[in-house]
Order: sequence, then C-alpha cells, then structure tokens
Amino acid sequence: MAIETLEKLLAEHPFFKGLKKEYLELIIGCARNVFYKPGEFIFREGEEANEFYVIRDGKVSLEFSSPGKEPIVIQTLEDGEVLGWSWLVPPYYWHFSARAVEPTRAIALDGKCLRTKCEEDHNLGYELLKRFVTIVEQRLQATRIQLLDLYGSQ
Amino acid sequence: MEVSEREILVVEKNPMLPQIFQIRSRKQETSDTFTLELEPVEAGVEFIFKPGQFNMLYVFGVGEVPISISGDPEKVSRVTHTTRMVGTVTKAMGKLKKGDLIGVRGPFGSSWPVDKCSGCDVVIVAGGIGLAPLRPAIYYILRRRENYNKAILLYGARTPDDILYKHEIEKWKSRFDFEVYVTVDRGTSGWKGNVGVVTTLIPRAPFDPQNTIAFVCGPEIMMRFTALELIKRGVSENNIFISMERNMKCGIGLCGHCQFGPVFVCKDGPVFSYSQVKNLIFKREI
Repeated sequence: MAIETLEKLLAEHPFFKGLKKEYLELIIGCARNVFYKPGEFIFREGEEANEFYVIRDGKVSLEFSSPGKEPIVIQTLEDGEVLGWSWLVPPYYWHFSARAVEPTRAIALDGKCLRTKCEEDHNLGYELLKRFVTIVEQRLQATRIQLLDLYGSQ
Repeated sequence: MEVSEREILVVEKNPMLPQIFQIRSRKQETSDTFTLELEPVEAGVEFIFKPGQFNMLYVFGVGEVPISISGDPEKVSRVTHTTRMVGTVTKAMGKLKKGDLIGVRGPFGSSWPVDKCSGCDVVIVAGGIGLAPLRPAIYYILRRRENYNKAILLYGARTPDDILYKHEIEKWKSRFDFEVYVTVDRGTSGWKGNVGVVTTLIPRAPFDPQNTIAFVCGPEIMMRFTALELIKRGVSENNIFISMERNMKCGIGLCGHCQFGPVFVCKDGPVFSYSQVKNLIFKREI
C-alpha cells in the first residue's frame, strides 16, 4: 500500500515527469515517507549527504549556523519542491542545514543507492542529472538575485 | 474607469502647472518609506486616476519628482502616494507634515490593463516599493472580484521590517478569494515566512499560465527575472505587464528626459506589456 502511494506521488511529481517506468520503479525502491516536526533538523551542515527529499507538504528552511548568532536562513522550500543535491557531488557532505519550519511530510530518496545505480546505468544518471541541473540553475539564479540586494537603498 | 471632464480639463488646460494639495495624513510605512494622503485645496475637486498612473509631486523650493499613485482609485476626494526617501526631493518630502502644501501635476501615463483580464487569473508580482503602484490595481480587482478567476499577489521585500502595508497584507491574506504570498531576501529572528527572492514564488503559485495576466513592478532587474520566470511557467509575453521608470520630468512626452528607445515612459508608459519592451530592457545603453 505504502509503495503504491509513493509510486503515485512520485509518478505525478513534475521532477520525475517523463522518466521511464523502469527508472521510476527503481527510484521508488529507494524511497520512503518521512515526517519532521517544526524545528526538527532534516540534515545538518557537514554531515554526509546520502539522501534527497521531495517535500509533500510543509516548509523547510535552508540555513547556515554561526556561533553565538541566530542561524542565517538562505531560502525556504515548500510543497512539491526538491530538497538537497549535495548527495550528487563528491565528497557528499551537506553545505547547509535543513530544518522544518512547519510540520513537514516528505519523501526521502536514498541518494547513496541511486549514485551506485547511476554509475551502473549512465542513462539513468543522465536523466537524474538533467533534472538536478535545472534545480541547481534555479537556486543559483535566485542566489544571484539575492546577492544584488535589489531593494537596498543603493 | 472613465476620466472625468474635470480631470481632462485640468491636464489639458495646463499640464505643466501644479495644483495645490494639502497633506491630510502622513504614515511611516518602514524606516525609509512613508505614505502621504493629499487633498486638493480647491474645494470640490475630484482626483480621478487609473491604477498604475503617476503624478509629479512638487516640494516647493526643492524640486519635483514622479511618484506612482498608491491609493484607491475610487476614493476620488484624496490622492495617496507612497514614497521612499532616496534623493533630495523625496527626503524633503519625507519631512513634510500634516497640513503642509505640495504641488501635484497629473495623473500621467498608461495604466494596468485591469479590464483586459476579466475572467482570467491575475498574478500580481511586486518587489520592494513596487507594491505601491500595484495597490490601486489590487483595490480595483478586489472590488470587482467576481470578474476574475484567481487573484494572486506575490510580494518580495528585503527583510520583514521592509514589508509595505503590513496590516493591509494581513487583511488581504485573511480573504478566501485572494492568495497572498510574501517572501523576504533576508529573514530575521522570529520570521516564520518564506525566505528567497520573489521569483522563487512563481513556480509555486497556483495559477493557470495559459489563462493568466501578470502585473509586475519592482526594480528593473527584478522585473526582468520575473518576466522570464513567468514565461518559463507558460505565461504569454503579451499578458505580462511591467511598470518602467526613467527620468520623468514633464509628464507629457515633450521634454524627452524619459525617452526609452522609441517611446517616452511618461506618456507611453509607465505600464508596458513585456512584448513591447523586451527588446529594450536588456540593452544596457538604453
């Protein structure tokens, strides 16, 4: 039953749209449902990055910590968005922390398992990379605009 | 909305001559932004404008600046402007108090095509003080809510302290027929809302891109990125409208200070369709 639900959720998600059935089934085999309470960390900066997440509902903040200071929130992610791509890039460590701001349900995907499968099947690797590059590009553009401090007085 | 004969008379008679208005109220919106509510000194004069138009405001002895009208187009006894203190004139304007006089020329320019979008989804994207010129369109749309399908506001500010019209945004959020999403570039302690630039809200917003009209106002770079993101989502270039700003002086297309390629922003704009200006806004020489 749980597998069916995950299959439906992932098959309908725009991130996985157009993926071959066999690849989708393989990815579903690496997926599990997770839930985070508000304030709970999904992952922490510096930890090994072995998963990524599709947020089903809720809100997650990506943040840096700084000793003696409030964490600096870089971005918040919401329903339907994909969280985490450090699992794809050696040496596979998280560069930010991710924390649930609201009760958050997500699908966690085993990146470590997918890395191995991508090495074995480069077509799968290419399909996943194409999708992640889009996300990386979006986040990069957003960060660049953020850096411009457009609404500042200067 | 039709322009009244009185208004036509005021503008056509001598558009270069400021009318005297008195400040009825002044509200500090954020640390550097304030709202003035002005009333004509001459009794019985109505100020009629269309959402998106601007006035030239004259601080006597200091100078004149173009400022968008930010109030309700149906409250014709007063005219409202939200201004940020950035230059000599706006800083002097910020020091004016209730009862002080100010010169007003206008209204000038084109307006948001609020009647073009009857039956479709309306997506309003504002960045920073760009919410001010969009507020009249919001009033107009909410007053005729049944004429539209979805109505969505995506608003980005620098920090939570820089959010304009906070109380009004809360009121809008409480409506079931108006979806409001606010994000800030930098969160502060206690902020539980979205963090990220306003363009990140576009993929999340629940509208039908094939049946959407978008009004965008903010810094020019923000508008460019927003337009591209809306196009990526599937909104037609012809249905994206942006409000440009250049060095508007005369307000009637005579002086040429606000020339923007083949058009004058004061007369042909400030509101343009993206398709009208897309070949200009990426040219750094213009």
